[in-house]
Amino acid sequence: MKRKRVSLYIGISIIASLLAMMVVSLFYTPYPVTEMNRDERFAPPSANHPLGTDNFGRDVLSRIMKGSQTAFFVGLIAVSVGGLFGVLVGAIAGYFGGMLDEFIMRLMDAMMAFPGILFALMFVSIFGVGIRNTIIAIGIMSIPSFARITRSGFIQHKEFEYVKNARVKGVSNFRIMFSHILPNVLSPIIVAASMGFSSAVLSEAALSYLGLGVQPPDPSWGRMLNESQVFITLSPWYTIAPGIFITLIVLGFNFLGDGIADLQDRQQ
Amino acid sequence: MRRILSILIFFLAAFSALSVEKIVVAVMQDPDFLDPHRAAASGTYEMMFNVFEGLLKPDSKGNVVPAIAESYSISPDGLTYTFKLREGVKFHNGREVTMTDVLYSFNRLKGSGEVRGLSSDFEKFVSEIEATDDITVEITLNTLNTDFLEKFIIAIIPADNPDHERNPIGTGPFKFVTYQPGQRVVIAKFDEYWNPDLPLVDEVEFRIIPDNQAALMSFMAGEVQMLPRLDAIQAEILRGRYNLISAEQNMVQLMAMNLAREPFDDLKVRQAINLAIDKEEIIEIVANGYGTVLGSNMSPIMERYYQEGLEDYYKTDIVAARSLLAQAGYPEGFKTTITVPSNYQFHVDTAQVIVEQLKKVGITAEIELIEWSIWLDRVYTGRDYEMTIVGLTGKLSAYDILKRYLSDYPRDFYNYFNPRYDELVNSAIKQTDIDKKAGLFKQAQVLLTEEAVAVYIMDPNFIVALASNLFGYNVYPLYVQDMSTLYYK
Repeated sequence: MKRKRVSLYIGISIIASLLAMMVVSLFYTPYPVTEMNRDERFAPPSANHPLGTDNFGRDVLSRIMKGSQTAFFVGLIAVSVGGLFGVLVGAIAGYFGGMLDEFIMRLMDAMMAFPGILFALMFVSIFGVGIRNTIIAIGIMSIPSFARITRSGFIQHKEFEYVKNARVKGVSNFRIMFSHILPNVLSPIIVAASMGFSSAVLSEAALSYLGLGVQPPDPSWGRMLNESQVFITLSPWYTIAPGIFITLIVLGFNFLGDGIADLQDRQQ
Repeated sequence: MRRILSILIFFLAAFSALSVEKIVVAVMQDPDFLDPHRAAASGTYEMMFNVFEGLLKPDSKGNVVPAIAESYSISPDGLTYTFKLREGVKFHNGREVTMTDVLYSFNRLKGSGEVRGLSSDFEKFVSEIEATDDITVEITLNTLNTDFLEKFIIAIIPADNPDHERNPIGTGPFKFVTYQPGQRVVIAKFDEYWNPDLPLVDEVEFRIIPDNQAALMSFMAGEVQMLPRLDAIQAEILRGRYNLISAEQNMVQLMAMNLAREPFDDLKVRQAINLAIDKEEIIEIVANGYGTVLGSNMSPIMERYYQEGLEDYYKTDIVAARSLLAQAGYPEGFKTTITVPSNYQFHVDTAQVIVEQLKKVGITAEIELIEWSIWLDRVYTGRDYEMTIVGLTGKLSAYDILKRYLSDYPRDFYNYFNPRYDELVNSAIKQTDIDKKAGLFKQAQVLLTEEAVAVYIMDPNFIVALASNLFGYNVYPLYVQDMSTLYYK
């Protein structure tokens, strides 16, 4: 049984250390993130610049640290938006069933049929480029997966005795849905959230990579990856650094999600 | 034994390939039309410049020199141009150029009656084309336009060629051989070129490689001997190992400030911004040093019209900038937005450096990236912006460059309205004396600098990489590659 917890521990430790880095970056970075130094362009990793410098002579480590704020911020908000609306819509569909269920879920299917990036591109080009719109777009993209998970939980639980009991007692539908059923179906939603977090970070990286996410000179890991690719033959470390951190955060949340799922399996 | 034999064959093959001196040039795109009167793309002109010639032809200094014409004269009123044809100029099909061909070409450009001309310039300005004898042609304009001489670089083509599109024939140093769409355009040495010293190589292949990185790889692998229009990063990779030639490309990269908006309607604010920006630093960081500092809207490569010394008019001075801002009523600086077209990483990078530089005088600038088409619509046409960074491509005519600031110019996106400027530029174009004309254009440049209409940043140099044994490259202030002077050593 112990073996199964390994992924949970790995996930927690990766995320915790990245989170710690993010918290530190709120108060301290080795250099100001946008400070340029024309004499130290493309510097390789050294004691002064552990991850080297970029084409403007900016410290890559400082920018990676600051970029973690973007990553967590995007993940948190996007998962909240997606989770809030997804759970709401999924709960209504699952609890009431019938035509309403059909209508909502086909709408969700239609949304899922859209490639995520394409949708985000469309959204961003209509409402304007910027981190806020990027986050909203990513959030909307993750609504269907939350809706599906919530709906299946609700369909299962609405036939249970405790729900029928409450209904007989005359408890309002709203109360049954959110204070009786929801706490019981919360655990798969939490797993979905941690997975959603990592895909949100990836989406932000992809959109910033396309120049549609975070605006320069603010750092984001995706944007750094984008800006560094032309220099890959000249200074590979500049490309490698954001690449590693994107991989780490995605890996961390995936391990975490896996770990939580395993834990639940055992409890049941 | 077999290995030795194959090596031998390889060397033989390599040797026979060497005996024909051939240059492969990487180009980005297909030609649009091979018919020189229909072609509009600069990428086409870049190649076909070697195949076609006009009565005149541009040289590497930005002047026009006689080509098919041996000499020319302009009447005192500036309306009539008289050309005398050079003797013994031959088309690639071996026939000599006659007056019939010259008249055919100009009539094709001007059009007549129902038939539309192929050149709007000729259609609009030329009133009469007349051959006074077998070797003299007179062309009369309907209005004075002293920059019209430069239009005579347009190709003269044979009257009896049934298909100019499939089988283009000209008089240039190279003759057209073949065009395979998406792959290559091949041209070969024309043995009967009127200048017997040119060209120096036997064959040139323009290989179409749309991807920058792929072109770089082919160049480093030795498949391509010439790589025009490198960016600064590619140049950095190649530096030291190949012949790199860099020169001004007659482009003006500038940061425009919307003069119709506060606080940029105040001259002091614009001057303060000019003083705050360190152009040398931008060139070093963004262009890796491959750039020429500008002071006004004219690149030094436009020798005759370029006003010297303006690049030192605003020497970076943070203290002076701050005090000017204080005088203008912004002692603490202000907030603003720089709108940049997102597809030009070069301008985006420039914006990032400028944001840092403006911080030092208390101005907080935010970067707003927008798509190119939206930029054209909102900024260039709609004039809805605060500051923006863009590159203005150069023209051979100083008027075409400076007319962008005229009050009635539809794309005067700076919102610059100055009757004195209008008068200078409009009277320059009517001036037949070349020195007086240049003087007026220079005064116009001074005015732009004094009034700080924009921050004139740099002419980003264009860089050409040549194989290490290839020499003789000439840089033009135009989008052309002159292959005739190149040789191997």
